[in-house]
Amino acid sequence: MSYHSFLLEPISCHSWNKDRTQIALCPNNHDVHIYKKDGTKWTKIHELKEHNGQVTGIDWAPESNRIVTCGTDRNAYVWSLKGEVWKPTLVILRINRAARCVSWSPKENKFAVGSGSRLISICYFEQENDWWVCKHIKKPIRSTVLSLDWHPNNVLLAAGSCDFKCRVFSAYIKEVEEKPGPTVWGSKMPFGEVLFESGPSGVSGGAGDGAGGGWVHGVCFSHSGNRLAWTSHDSTVAIAEGGKTSTISSLSSETLPLLCVSFITENSLVAAGHDCYPVLFVYDGTKGSVTFGGKLDVPKQTSQRGISARERFQNLDRRATSSETTEQGLESLHKNSISQISVLEGGKSKCSTFCTTGMDGGMVTWDVKSLESALKDLKIV
Amino acid sequence: MAKNTLSSRFRKLDIDEFDENKFVDDHDEAVDNQGPDGAEIDNLIRQGDMMTAFHIALRNPPVITKNPAIKERALAIVLRVLTSFKSSDIEPAVKSLDRSGVDLLMKYIYRGFEKPSDNSSAILLQWHEKAFAVGGLGSIVRVLTARKTV
Repeated sequence: MSYHSFLLEPISCHSWNKDRTQIALCPNNHDVHIYKKDGTKWTKIHELKEHNGQVTGIDWAPESNRIVTCGTDRNAYVWSLKGEVWKPTLVILRINRAARCVSWSPKENKFAVGSGSRLISICYFEQENDWWVCKHIKKPIRSTVLSLDWHPNNVLLAAGSCDFKCRVFSAYIKEVEEKPGPTVWGSKMPFGEVLFESGPSGVSGGAGDGAGGGWVHGVCFSHSGNRLAWTSHDSTVAIAEGGKTSTISSLSSETLPLLCVSFITENSLVAAGHDCYPVLFVYDGTKGSVTFGGKLDVPKQTSQRGISARERFQNLDRRATSSETTEQGLESLHKNSISQISVLEGGKSKCSTFCTTGMDGGMVTWDVKSLESALKDLKIV
Repeated sequence: MAKNTLSSRFRKLDIDEFDENKFVDDHDEAVDNQGPDGAEIDNLIRQGDMMTAFHIALRNPPVITKNPAIKERALAIVLRVLTSFKSSDIEPAVKSLDRSGVDLLMKYIYRGFEKPSDNSSAILLQWHEKAFAVGGLGSIVRVLTARKTV
């Protein structure tokens, strides 16, 4: 577990390149900085300055080596490396509010942008005009789209939104791909079709009263695409399995809301949020239940020293307790909320390393094997 | 000029009502729970059976209805039960609830905080401490974010 503090400002968003030697991140301003790894040091090699507003989403396509960024200036840019310089191409999204999140599709021929104008823009490259064109998915989204994740078949897209619902849309563009085969989420997939929607109309079973009462902060498809997990602002995490039964299992947790989630195997997911440490959840497909797997953070060993009578009274005066532990700071590695989680090695089916960035400007790479050995009751199925 | 002489009638207008993008909850107009039965609870309190009174009070919460009278009635009954508890009995009562019960109890506790009466705050704070020990910060977040309130 290595913690690297990049800056003092929050890291708004980040993305890794294919071989994980470079990271593109936004230091809470209008630019994107690209850092290169030299052993244990990180050096800044590029600064991408084009946006007029804070950059809210970055995604680095591994195969085609292009970066797409979107920002609060209602624009998105696709950056390509020409020699030693990254050159931007503007993409007109036709939105009238800030863009919030962006994601390349698995085949990298299109990308989706979620925005505050209550719609998702699906952008693809039109060869004849040499220009990026976008199509909108509007209905039935009624508030800002906060997070997106593509299904491995390159057509289905999961979107979490501030109208308390998580949905699966079809983003099938006939100009760039053939008709997709049927999946567990459905077989008819015209553009913009809603194949799944969470909420009072789609709930069955699960702990908690199921009717999600919070903004959906993070969504993630599993590696096979058959399972969809999302975290919501009412401190719940839910998993839906596509198919005829389409059940939703949710867990109301005792922690603060989780902001981001990712599958690390087909049955386990890691989520992190305002509590500043990642948390493991295990999903049991046969029982349809989500259980809390454990807190993934290595606590620092606090020294046990005796406390004098004077200190005891001082503590009583200042903090109304005479306890010995001086909990001056958080015991976790991150010192502020974690806003993004990304899988580094192993993919979503057998992840061996993942990385988190947060509002404290730091980035931590977590190694699954050493976590398993360090925290004894942890079982990653 | 000391006094505003222009018309201030516009200040009584709620501009959000006219916003065409206004978010309205899609709620089903199903028949909602009417809240616990006051007479039954009174009987149980008189007999001293606090646990049963507690469980019955938390049954059928009027969460979907928008009628404030029903909500006030239910709230009054629940608060009467909560304030007649002895301090030592609070913890086992909270332990006997499941996850959604603890969330519901938290919602009633915070509603009770809104209108403090003579000694309700002290006992409600004790209830809060015990419910927090079981439900954690998540249950409080769920009180804040719930669309269906008691």
